[in-house]
Amino acid sequence: MELLKRVHAQNLVKWAKDKPNVVVLSADLTSSSEADLFRDTYPDRFYSFGIAEQNMLSVAGGMAREGLYPFVHTFAVFIYRRAYDQVAMSVAYPNLPVRMIGFLPGILTPGGATHQAIEDIAVMRALPNMTILETGDATDVESVLDVAHAIDGPVYVRMLRGEIPRLFDAGEPMQFNRARVLSRGTDLALITSGICTEEAMRATNVLKERGVSIQHLHVTTLKPFTDPTVLEAAANAKYGVITMENHSILGGLGTAVAEVMAEAGIGKRLVRIGIPDVFSHGASRQYLMKELGLDATALVRKVEEMIGQRLNITEDDLAAVRLTAVHSDAKAEAL
Amino acid sequence: MSNQAQSLTWQDQVHRVARRIRMRVLEHTLNNNGGYLSQACSSAETLATLYLKVMNLGPSEAPMVPPPFPGVPGPGNKNYFTGAAYNGPRAPHLDRFFLSPAHYALVLYTTLIEVGRMAPEGLAQFNQDGSTVEMIGAEHSPGMEVTSGSLAQALSQAIGVAIARRLRGEAGRNWVFMSDGEFQEGQTWEAMEFMSFYKLDNIGIYVDVNGQQCDGKTETVMNIEPLKARLEAFGARVFQVSGHDPEALAAPAQLEPDGRPLVVLAYTDPCRGLDLLRSRAPKLHYVRFTGPEERQRYEAELRKMQAEEGV
Repeated sequence: MELLKRVHAQNLVKWAKDKPNVVVLSADLTSSSEADLFRDTYPDRFYSFGIAEQNMLSVAGGMAREGLYPFVHTFAVFIYRRAYDQVAMSVAYPNLPVRMIGFLPGILTPGGATHQAIEDIAVMRALPNMTILETGDATDVESVLDVAHAIDGPVYVRMLRGEIPRLFDAGEPMQFNRARVLSRGTDLALITSGICTEEAMRATNVLKERGVSIQHLHVTTLKPFTDPTVLEAAANAKYGVITMENHSILGGLGTAVAEVMAEAGIGKRLVRIGIPDVFSHGASRQYLMKELGLDATALVRKVEEMIGQRLNITEDDLAAVRLTAVHSDAKAEAL
Repeated sequence: MSNQAQSLTWQDQVHRVARRIRMRVLEHTLNNNGGYLSQACSSAETLATLYLKVMNLGPSEAPMVPPPFPGVPGPGNKNYFTGAAYNGPRAPHLDRFFLSPAHYALVLYTTLIEVGRMAPEGLAQFNQDGSTVEMIGAEHSPGMEVTSGSLAQALSQAIGVAIARRLRGEAGRNWVFMSDGEFQEGQTWEAMEFMSFYKLDNIGIYVDVNGQQCDGKTETVMNIEPLKARLEAFGARVFQVSGHDPEALAAPAQLEPDGRPLVVLAYTDPCRGLDLLRSRAPKLHYVRFTGPEERQRYEAELRKMQAEEGV
């Protein structure tokens, strides 16, 4: 699996080159949110706000009223927690095209409870006019700006930074409201998002070898949540549905799947893997994923529970998996 | 405005409009058994000076009687409009107006009526279901273009507009009307430091320093003084004036911008022009009559004011 560095930093500069109305707003986390290259390349289109997110979000609304496209860059947690009223009233109510790029979603930060956005999807999903996107790999990161920019209204993006894997073919960009089908199968529907998709792919590789047939979807559009492939997968799954997300099990992907399944009358079992309605603490990604049950091992245990069968998969089996970039749905069977 | 009124000096016109704002808000408060009456008493001259002297606005482009509520903004609503058209067309050389304390909407609507931008009948829609003439105005309400009922957000939104206008090289200025209570909000100070840092001098702020807020006198709720010194420490160009003196209010706006954000602190009397209100102090935020007797006293006062004004 290919690992890439500072994908957003470079992509943003390239992407914004011929878009003079795109401006970047930052609240003292410019290199931490990979906006430094943009700042150095287009200093006239970069606005430093200092540590003042409430003003930043309201100013973004004002700019968007005048035809600018503000791309707010900071940690996810400081957008929806610190400045929620400003997001709601200065941006979402007037349906303005402000793009809020939130870094370090969920347990991706060792910064502890203050820095961990664990209920951001829940909060933003309840906000009218809001669109929510989440990235899971380098290809998603490279293509999410185009998806966001096509939306006539505010967009909140859960963004990845630093060293990130390429899980999906670079030539197959993220598509709005369309899940990526990563494997086909009928025993279980596995619906994952963000960094949990990579973790799930480690498990599905081994699970497939043990004869478990899985329809695996990678979801990047969390609101709206009307992609028919989700319901199709749920309806066709013999044992039921598992969701897996780097977010509280309340209000995020698992909740969204539960809502559409219930409304469509799909009476299948649903198991939600995510942060189990607890605050977290400062520790490494690997440590927290294990502690909170967000890793491949946790997924395997849930699969065993769903199908009622022990599969004797060890942590070493999962660690030995070598991921390669997934191609399109048509090629999925060749995984 | 009548020919007679037009022959007055602009200062006398401001006084005339201010008196009529107070009378109309009092009349409205009587008719509705409630209203933001003290805000009219404190800010009447400030709003009248803004509309008659300070702001460079074109004629209203909105219907004299406000149209019904077009539904909330969203991707599916192509009919949504803002109330900015009451302040005239958008043009590079023209000014923009932002009302920050949205509960002053009643005073703003009344000002629009008295300066000929809205029909008196429009006020009958105040707080009526399906109307844009809302009690706490929003961006679809006459004279408003941002949703500022959650205090201290209008200044930041106006900054966004002002930055975009500066980028386009527009000469028009951007006026924000604020209440003094908003200087208790952290966001206001975030906005002040930002304006200083970016030398945003195409924004002018008029503050109604009436010393009153919902819980009572500001100095007993949370002190904001010395406001001028605090703002100057943030890099603003501050003028402390009597908020009932049109010349003092208008003078700072005539100065050439010098790189600093302009703040005019209009110190006002929340009972100005209506001494009856004083017995209610320090609870002046919203007036609802205690009974028929109090109501009759205010009614008699209104008749007296109307007789003096000749209406």
